[in-house]
Amino acid sequence: MESLTNRKKVVSDKPMTLWEKIYLPAIISGMITTFKHMLRKRKTVKYPEETREFAPVYRGQHVLKRDEQGRENCTACGLCAVACPAEAITMTSAERQKGEEKLYREEKYAATYEINMLRCIFCGLCEEACPKEAIFLTDRLVPTYFERDNFIYGKDVLVESLDQRIDITKRQHTGKRSQS
Amino acid sequence: MDTALLIEKSILVVLLFLVSLGAAAYMTYFERKLAAWIQDRVGPDRAGPFGILQPIADGVKMFLKEDFIPSKADKWLFIIGPGLAMFTALITSAVIPWGPKLHLFGRDITLQVADINIGILYVFGVISIGVYGIMIGGWASNNKYSLYGAIRASSQMISYELAMGVSAITIVLLSGSLSLNDIVNGQKDVWNIFYQPLAFLIFFICALAELNRAPFDLPECESELVGGYHTEYSSMKLGLYLFSEYTSMFVSSAIMSILFFGGYNFPGMSHFSGNTLAILGILAFAVKIFIFIFVIMWIRWTIPRFRFDQLMHLGWKTLLPLSLINLLITGIVIAYQNGWF
Repeated sequence: MESLTNRKKVVSDKPMTLWEKIYLPAIISGMITTFKHMLRKRKTVKYPEETREFAPVYRGQHVLKRDEQGRENCTACGLCAVACPAEAITMTSAERQKGEEKLYREEKYAATYEINMLRCIFCGLCEEACPKEAIFLTDRLVPTYFERDNFIYGKDVLVESLDQRIDITKRQHTGKRSQS
Repeated sequence: MDTALLIEKSILVVLLFLVSLGAAAYMTYFERKLAAWIQDRVGPDRAGPFGILQPIADGVKMFLKEDFIPSKADKWLFIIGPGLAMFTALITSAVIPWGPKLHLFGRDITLQVADINIGILYVFGVISIGVYGIMIGGWASNNKYSLYGAIRASSQMISYELAMGVSAITIVLLSGSLSLNDIVNGQKDVWNIFYQPLAFLIFFICALAELNRAPFDLPECESELVGGYHTEYSSMKLGLYLFSEYTSMFVSSAIMSILFFGGYNFPGMSHFSGNTLAILGILAFAVKIFIFIFVIMWIRWTIPRFRFDQLMHLGWKTLLPLSLINLLITGIVIAYQNGWF
């Protein structure tokens, strides 16, 4: 067969020469190699102190967006829960009462909205399914906990707070959303 | 025996004990760091600045682990094993001359616990006992992997002791004395390594085998024997086994620098005298020991393990004949110099 790479090497069974039998030259060349590695720059990223740079399309912890006036976008239609292949999303809906117009954009809203971060596979299908541009994946990492309960994120964690809006413009400009 | 001598020796013994244990503890740290560097990693860096508190954290962890004795194990031998390993590792340091004489409080203090005239013989005797710690531990565990490890350790140690002893005899021939102190003093001008490079090479390889260090770490051999002779050990008993390995590494580095690299002698030492000389000598000795430890660790993280038949082949068919030929040639040359022909 024709060789696909230029790394092909024919294995030979010839007896070792005296130079090879002494082993020491080979050992010394090996030790030189390891010594060179000792002087090299370390590849380690010391995680909590430094973080690696994320790609613009990175899919990390979710955010439930509010619109410009600070109203929640989510209408609890359930499309994200249906789209979710890991069945991580659960929600209950409620009707908007009079006087709550400043809180919710449309007449229906999510009374509870929970994502189980242990089930979530961060595929981003919820984001794609969402007709209201309410849920997005961000470049934030989900931290670790000692208890499983802590991984079920409710609205208190997921909805962005009014004074600390989460920037998702990078996600919106990934090509997928530019058509709409 | 006068009281001052007794106090002086006691202080020296305690100091040596602490230094060799401390050195062993920090060698574990250094080993992990070096392994990390060779593999382009950072190594332990969380406990304290640069992770220098790591050995202490490890020690505390060892003490807090459950001290488990298997029900089918021979209880007393199981307990004696690690103690014996540690004991033999520590007592070798008694005959090592750590530096030139110190002058303190109007006394000449020799930095050697016991200047016995058969120093080398003592060292080899203690090293031979060292195999009992491993053998007893492996036997008492009543576990096939432990036993395999112990059997490998004993056969390996017996095989390599021969070549090691023969290459040490060439040094004895050169210096004409079995006392380590005389051997060091005989190397004031030229270190033995320049007369006996081959003997040093053989001695070094054998020392690696005696220490059960890679590439001769068949007694532990994680990939075949789970943990080797200390598979069943936990808590500080395991800690003692691991510790004794590092302590004997420290001591054998000291012995190698005494036999071949002039001990506390250093180039240009005739310009100094008195306490300055003593301190510089101790420092030079420490540097030599450190270099040996570094090289031993460097080898461990470079070379893969030998197969057992290769190990035996190397020991009996290569190193032993080579060291015998070396001994013969050395003997002939010395005899010629003495005008025997």
